[in-house]
Amino acid sequence: MGNGTSIGRVRGLGAAKEGTHHWLLQRFTAVGSLLLLLWLGVSIVLLPNLSYGAVTAWISGPVPATAMALLIISSFWHARLGMQVMIEDYVHGANRFGAIVALNLIAFAGAAFGLICIIRLALGGA
Amino acid sequence: MAQAGTSNRPLSPHLQIWKWGPHMVVSILHRVTGNGLAVGGLAVLLWWLGALASGPEAYATFSEHASAWYGMVVLVGISWAFFNHMASGIRHFVLDIGAGYELGANRLWSILSPLLGVALTAAFWALLLT
Repeated sequence: MGNGTSIGRVRGLGAAKEGTHHWLLQRFTAVGSLLLLLWLGVSIVLLPNLSYGAVTAWISGPVPATAMALLIISSFWHARLGMQVMIEDYVHGANRFGAIVALNLIAFAGAAFGLICIIRLALGGA
Repeated sequence: MAQAGTSNRPLSPHLQIWKWGPHMVVSILHRVTGNGLAVGGLAVLLWWLGALASGPEAYATFSEHASAWYGMVVLVGISWAFFNHMASGIRHFVLDIGAGYELGANRLWSILSPLLGVALTAAFWALLLT
């Protein structure tokens, strides 16, 4: 780190560090979530009805199950990134660390539960 | 650590000091609907998938709550939150490429994006219930 110029004294001291990566991932996961949630909305409208038999017959197919699994990954990832921004704006100090830890645990647990449900449906366990 | 020596610094003006405009509403709605979807939307999605994976009885319980009046309120709310967040999210994509910052254009799309969210919600339920 420099000690002469004013930019040299402050370079690397900012709070952001990895902001660009987070920002880009937020956009990439937004595109994925947008396409997959529109697919889910169209699929729900096109289903003959929303009975147990009709929905499981549809969702256990290879293509819907794949899309649904991708939807879980994309939307949970996007939600986790977005909630991190909210926490960083409103929660400070040690509480922020705790909130981010809890957010990560809940996001991964929720996504894993969703994926297990889809796999069970796709492989005929239910 | 991060707050050492910063407690006496002046704060930037917050919401109450600015004249309200549609760009503030669309920004606040984007955050509220996004975090609402992250908590409520994903919870209902997991309940739906969990009920499907658990069998007909669990799905019947889900359907019973989902088709009750309070369930419909929640589902309509989630669908509105999604379409609103989608419209303002697409507005964000446009702003990200550096377009739409002219005062008139920014104001126009700030007004149109929540209206588009309501219109898409109405269209979705019209298609679903017919």
